[in-house]
Amino acid sequence: MHARRRTTIVGIKAIGIALALTFTGCSSPDPTGTGDPTANATESAIAASGGALVIGVTSDPDTLFPWKATQFQAVNLLQNIYGTLTEFDADLNVVPGLAESWEASDDGLTMTLALRDGVTFADGSDFDSADVKFSLEAIMDEATAAVAATSLVSVSGIETPDPSTVVLTLSAPDAALPANLAVVNMAMLSSDDTEEALNTQPNGTGAFTFESRTPSQSITLARSDTYWGDAAKLDTVEFRVIPDESSIVSAMQAGNVQMAVFDDPVVAQTAASGNVTVQNTPQLSYHALQLNARHGDLTDVNVRLALQCAIDRQQVLDTAALGEGEVTGPITSPAYKSDPASRPCPERDLDKAADYLSKAGKSDGVTIKTIVSQGEYSTSVNEAQNLKSQAAEAGITLELEVLESGAYVDRWIAADFDAAVALNGGRPDPDGMYGRYFTSTGNLNKVAGYSSPELDTLFAEGKASSDPDERKAIYQEVSNNLEDNAAWIWLFTSYTYTATASEVQGFIPMANSSLQYLRTTSIN
Amino acid sequence: MSRFLRNPVLRRLLAALGTLLGVAVFVFIMLRAIPGSQITAGLGTEAAALTPSQQAALEAYYGIDQPLFIQFFSWLGNIFTGNLGFSARAQESVLTLTAQALPVTIELAIFSIVLALAIGIPLGMLSASKPDAPRDAFGQVVGLAGLSIPAFLLATTLLAVLASSFGFNPNGKGFAYFFDDPRLNLLQMLLPSFVLGFGIAAPIMRTTRTAVLEIRANDFIRTARAKGVPPRRLQVRHVLGNALVPIVTMTGLQFGYLLGGAVVVEQIFSLPGIGRQVLLGIQQKEYALVQSTVLIIALSFVLVNLATDMLYRVIDPRVRAA
Repeated sequence: MHARRRTTIVGIKAIGIALALTFTGCSSPDPTGTGDPTANATESAIAASGGALVIGVTSDPDTLFPWKATQFQAVNLLQNIYGTLTEFDADLNVVPGLAESWEASDDGLTMTLALRDGVTFADGSDFDSADVKFSLEAIMDEATAAVAATSLVSVSGIETPDPSTVVLTLSAPDAALPANLAVVNMAMLSSDDTEEALNTQPNGTGAFTFESRTPSQSITLARSDTYWGDAAKLDTVEFRVIPDESSIVSAMQAGNVQMAVFDDPVVAQTAASGNVTVQNTPQLSYHALQLNARHGDLTDVNVRLALQCAIDRQQVLDTAALGEGEVTGPITSPAYKSDPASRPCPERDLDKAADYLSKAGKSDGVTIKTIVSQGEYSTSVNEAQNLKSQAAEAGITLELEVLESGAYVDRWIAADFDAAVALNGGRPDPDGMYGRYFTSTGNLNKVAGYSSPELDTLFAEGKASSDPDERKAIYQEVSNNLEDNAAWIWLFTSYTYTATASEVQGFIPMANSSLQYLRTTSIN
Repeated sequence: MSRFLRNPVLRRLLAALGTLLGVAVFVFIMLRAIPGSQITAGLGTEAAALTPSQQAALEAYYGIDQPLFIQFFSWLGNIFTGNLGFSARAQESVLTLTAQALPVTIELAIFSIVLALAIGIPLGMLSASKPDAPRDAFGQVVGLAGLSIPAFLLATTLLAVLASSFGFNPNGKGFAYFFDDPRLNLLQMLLPSFVLGFGIAAPIMRTTRTAVLEIRANDFIRTARAKGVPPRRLQVRHVLGNALVPIVTMTGLQFGYLLGGAVVVEQIFSLPGIGRQVLLGIQQKEYALVQSTVLIIALSFVLVNLATDMLYRVIDPRVRAA
């Protein structure tokens, strides 16, 4: 999932805020409050329940239909309304959701799910295996245009022997399936519902129910009293649209809004004052220079390696993103994290870059046409400029083409670039994250621009194995293979900044930026 | 036919209709010239993962699978039946959305113009009352500030200072429509009208100053003064009265622009006005929403222009005679 964020003239507005803070003599203290999630959770147990929380968001969800939602405001909202068969816990481990347990057969070709009893939808109807069958089949049906359809390619049949059992027949073992079922694009809908009805009246099994909406202004959720898990503490949660991030900061300072998630460190810094604390959370999404190994000079692995040795990632991070983030390898999920030190040039090495270039017979230099999106996220152009200047010292010319985000997306989809400065969404399971990019049949392989028989084999092995340690070793190999061939140049991950007023307790921010822990949040 | 076209009222109406049709065609073409579609605007790069039949299903859903001229004429035809289109994002008809957004924008425009006139005209007269004196310099500096301080800077600074020092931020509360909560509504209009009004006060002040200086040099002013008209009456009745025409022109023009929505100010102060509606529509590539809203904006501009012309007739007997 590509993170869809919009940042407008933030830099200049930051001047406005800075000016304001100078006037009031109020400087922002320690930018990042330290938050131990478990400590927060225990605190919340003794905190009073009830209350109405207002969250400031910059944009309205663009759809209320969970199978088509990719915009992060929509995903974050719908996660609280809809339930999924499996879920992620705070550390992104797969845990039971609407399925209490699941079991794969020895050959890995059937998966039996035992559904939770006594689950109801917001409209009062019961949830059972018929709803699961309906939902999964509709998601797989191409006419639905559900974004998660490809996560179910291995599913060839769905049986419902009784109301609380679902048996999935698989065409090949799929160890990534439990994690794939945990996203809101895989939400379980009632078999009586239609997309048209749900567009205006969401009906899920989540901890909150949809209460009201004023388009472009606000959406309010109310606690579900029939939720199968521990009932949420808050009475209501309002997502209030305040289009400008610095205006959200002002609304927090005036006490109108109690919580907000920012991705711009400058804005987050201005928010941390008075009774507002800011907590930073490393993200699964990653900044990368995508290379198209099927285009021009980049078809030569030595040219790609030369470029990767020419880049000091920490410098890109420091110049473009104020050092707010961490240098990363391909896999960002905590359980499978790549070690950035194990790549061919962990430190910048211009001599090695020159060696690679001469091996490629390109000592005179190469030119790489690079697309950059403007406005999609705040750091893109700065990253591109730093990459350009670093590459230039190695005799590699990055010819930057800065595009409006719509034009960028068009070019990206068509794989019409040598290289692309990108911020891509990550996923907890490495197969879900990269299988679609780097297997030769993956639906994003055209954009990834690289595949190999070795990678195909590795990804197939990763899917076939259900042993966590074995999978870890396999994806370590995947990660090394990607770096050794410089498929792309992975740069860094950044933080999101969760700003909360002091009366808000029990919220746990997650690396996939999910707001699912609104259900444990309370307000004093 | 030619006699028909000589009727000034009819001619103006025809010209207005032509303008509106031109706007409609222009916006239609511009929107489609921008890269991307509603599909890529919604899904972003995730759209790359769509299979051809998923792509086709989405195109049919958004109605962009039809040939362009059918898209245009079915939209235009629908306009005449009162159907301005449907926003998939808001799950609401464009007519309803506009009926909610337009009053916000009109209210903001009226307050801003009133404030601009209240600042601009006295300041302009003060400046003109003694050219090159300190009071003129003062007026000019304020005018220059109004022209050169960008609205977003003034808006963000005001908002941040008032919120962090005084906890005053009515705009952080959910938007209140005038008839639901007049007090909160007026509070929410206060800062944005000031920011817009301050910016517009500058051209009004300059126009006033120039017009007043010009009128004062006329013989009839000297005559009036010689006849012993009291200075105050001379200033208001004779000088300002005659200087009104350029001021009204400038005010009408600015008011027209305001009706197009003050995007930046609406964004910063979270006002659900027409500017934000267009901006969101463009971001989401909601073609019908943008086309219909822009047409409504163009229509209000034309109407304001017409109203300005009518005002000339009231304030200037020479126009009435013509």
